[in-house]
Amino acid sequence: MLLDSLFNGVAIGSVLLVAALGLAIVFGLMGVINLAHGELMMLGAYTTYVTQLIFKLPLLKPYYNAYVIVSIFFAFIVSGVVGILLEKTVIRKLYGSPLETLLATWGVSLILQQFVRSVPLAYGTGLVLSLIIGLFLPSVFSSKVKESINFKYVKFSSWIFAALAGVLSGNLISSSVSKLSRASARNVDVTAPAWMRGQVEILGTAFPKTRLMIIIITLISVIAITLFLNQSAWGMRIRAVTQNREMSDCLGISTEKVDVLTFGIGSGLAGVAGVAVSLLGSVGPNVGGNYIVGCFMVVVLGGVGNLLGTIFASFGIGIMTDLIGAGRLLSIWPDMPLPLSNTINFFATTSMARVMIFALIVIFLQFKPTGLFPQKGRMVES
Amino acid sequence: MGQLPNLNEFMRISRRILAGLATASLAVSVTSCGGGSDTSGSFDDTVTVGILHSLSGTMAISESTLVDTEKMAIAEINAAGGVTVGGKSYKIDYIVEDGASDWPTFAEKSKKLIDQDGVPVVFGGWTSASRKAMLPVYESKDAFLYYPIQYEAQECSNNIFYTGASPNQQSEPATDFMYKRSPAAGKPFFLVGSDYVFPRTSNTITKEQLKSLGGKVVGEDYLPLGNTEVAPIISKIKKALAPSGGGVIINTLNGDQNVAFFKQIQDAGITPSNGYYVMNYSIAEEEISTIGPEFLEGHYGAWNYMMSIDTPESKKFAADFKALYGSDRVVADPQESAYNMVYLWKQAVEDAGTFENSAVREALVGQTFDAPQGPVEVMPNHHLAQTVRIGLIKPEGGFEILEETDGVVFPQAWNQFEPSSKGYACDWTDPSKGERYKL
Repeated sequence: MLLDSLFNGVAIGSVLLVAALGLAIVFGLMGVINLAHGELMMLGAYTTYVTQLIFKLPLLKPYYNAYVIVSIFFAFIVSGVVGILLEKTVIRKLYGSPLETLLATWGVSLILQQFVRSVPLAYGTGLVLSLIIGLFLPSVFSSKVKESINFKYVKFSSWIFAALAGVLSGNLISSSVSKLSRASARNVDVTAPAWMRGQVEILGTAFPKTRLMIIIITLISVIAITLFLNQSAWGMRIRAVTQNREMSDCLGISTEKVDVLTFGIGSGLAGVAGVAVSLLGSVGPNVGGNYIVGCFMVVVLGGVGNLLGTIFASFGIGIMTDLIGAGRLLSIWPDMPLPLSNTINFFATTSMARVMIFALIVIFLQFKPTGLFPQKGRMVES
Repeated sequence: MGQLPNLNEFMRISRRILAGLATASLAVSVTSCGGGSDTSGSFDDTVTVGILHSLSGTMAISESTLVDTEKMAIAEINAAGGVTVGGKSYKIDYIVEDGASDWPTFAEKSKKLIDQDGVPVVFGGWTSASRKAMLPVYESKDAFLYYPIQYEAQECSNNIFYTGASPNQQSEPATDFMYKRSPAAGKPFFLVGSDYVFPRTSNTITKEQLKSLGGKVVGEDYLPLGNTEVAPIISKIKKALAPSGGGVIINTLNGDQNVAFFKQIQDAGITPSNGYYVMNYSIAEEEISTIGPEFLEGHYGAWNYMMSIDTPESKKFAADFKALYGSDRVVADPQESAYNMVYLWKQAVEDAGTFENSAVREALVGQTFDAPQGPVEVMPNHHLAQTVRIGLIKPEGGFEILEETDGVVFPQAWNQFEPSSKGYACDWTDPSKGERYKL
């Protein structure tokens, strides 16, 4: 009973956490209010769908069971690259003006939603593929090549190559997977492979496997990002820029590169979250919008600029949702006084539980406006 | 709301481009609006009707199928010589308007169709919210709306004709079946729905009905629209139904939320093989194929029309639709209902001998039609007497029809289980009775 409740709380929390993790980096560390975060998740979810269909092709059919794992990497790359492009074209120009960033990213979110509605997924995949090639091909060449030829030409020619590859792959996918060849606003479905469906019994309690999978994805993402930020050289640079942009700049850290990287990683994590949520429900243009409010709520509650806070906040909200929404308090304490039990019963529905949790968060933020774990020391803004 | 600042920004950047775009899109929308107007010589005149469904936004997926079906019915009528009124044959023309899944837009577009285009009838709507938004418009202008969806009733307008099922033509027979004759007969019920007017009203009726049957509702929960986190609901269902070894779940969730719900209950072991049976009021053939039959297999649905009805009319309806729109398309209850209403309007107009509303309204009551589901008849309360069927969802998709009522079930605009409307009925043929009178 207690185990079941705890598991449910952790399961709900881990969906929140994996969705908010990318935002915690983009919003928390960089201070960018990215309203397109949900749509980057949506791109990840669609990537899962496309990967699933591609793995149904005869050539890849034997490896079908592994498609979810593969799609995690694909989703990270796809959303990451779109995020990088977004940073390079829109957000970079708007640093320091949060209101404009908010409007611009909201616009981008509408564009992305309409994009998946009106462009056949096959060509969408082709486009993303050409973006990936165009952005990364120039950096493949050795510095020798870069010195001997004008680098502009290298860049230019690799974009041509990228465009070609995109068109070709788009056509190839569209001709081999008929489901991807037509544009549709209809929601699509990701079906987990057989080994991920059903339940697994641990300590006498049955747990749904997809939920366990999401918890595992979340755990790995959190561990990987923590290691990256704390152990790697780039992670150190990111933290340095977060804490004091001017000083880092003076000390020779390329803040521009750090910004691109941070935003790319944050967006990539949104893609991973997209894989996770595609396992729970259907995939559609609006899927991101369902999560964006929850994401911001978690980051704000946890304390902006603090991963640990985000982790605590999401599990806290998850466990609270389960305790209130499923009416567990009543079964824990059966002979509670009548007025109290009536109140709890009233809130023991999914919609009312949400109301209750939002109310609790608002009250909490009245007393601790900076969240659970406020960032100490000098921040970028100050 | 939030669009404004962005637009201003945009305009500042390039007013001219925007103006160009605006004219272009206006031109496109104008051309796309005047559907199907090619007056061939064999007709004396044309009559233009209005079609008003969401072609964009959340509801577009469902509502566009109705537009397709209504166009098909109109094309069929035209091919058979059109509508004959007062010795003159009229070709039916139509104007399609987009309600954009936005309820006030439905009201606005209704006004436009009635005032500007002067259409004698509007075929439109899907959600109860859109109908509630349109109702005052039709009542104040004394116009006529034909509404094709099964709904929660508790409404009876002189200016709306409801061709979908009222609760006693869907949820009541379904509850009766689940409680008495399903594999979970006698077991407790759990009610799940999306959080808006239809599920809440429908579930109130189900609770009252179960009370009178002697059944038990052990819980109910509503998912806010757009929310797909069903874990708390699943643990509530398990807690409530597991002690009796399973039970019945009545599901009135909306669209996509069904996907999340069925995916997750299957993972949690809430399946027919474990004794849990879900009766669905919003899942038809179209939804079965989108959600995936592997998640729905063994659960139930209740409708007036099911694609698997084995009659020549039903087969012809499905075959015609597939021939027109592609072999992968399916027909479902709402579409059949939309198809029927176009024909019923045609018959009523021909009987009345005019397109004028009050005469058509009078002629409409008592009209019969050999619909794909079988014979239907328009009752004095502006609802349709029709057959009710209970179906089991097959592993390959679609329904296996388990039961169908002996003949038609008469519609109740005011529900007889719900205490607030018990003992009331609606009759528009008798001026002394009208919208709501005591039986």
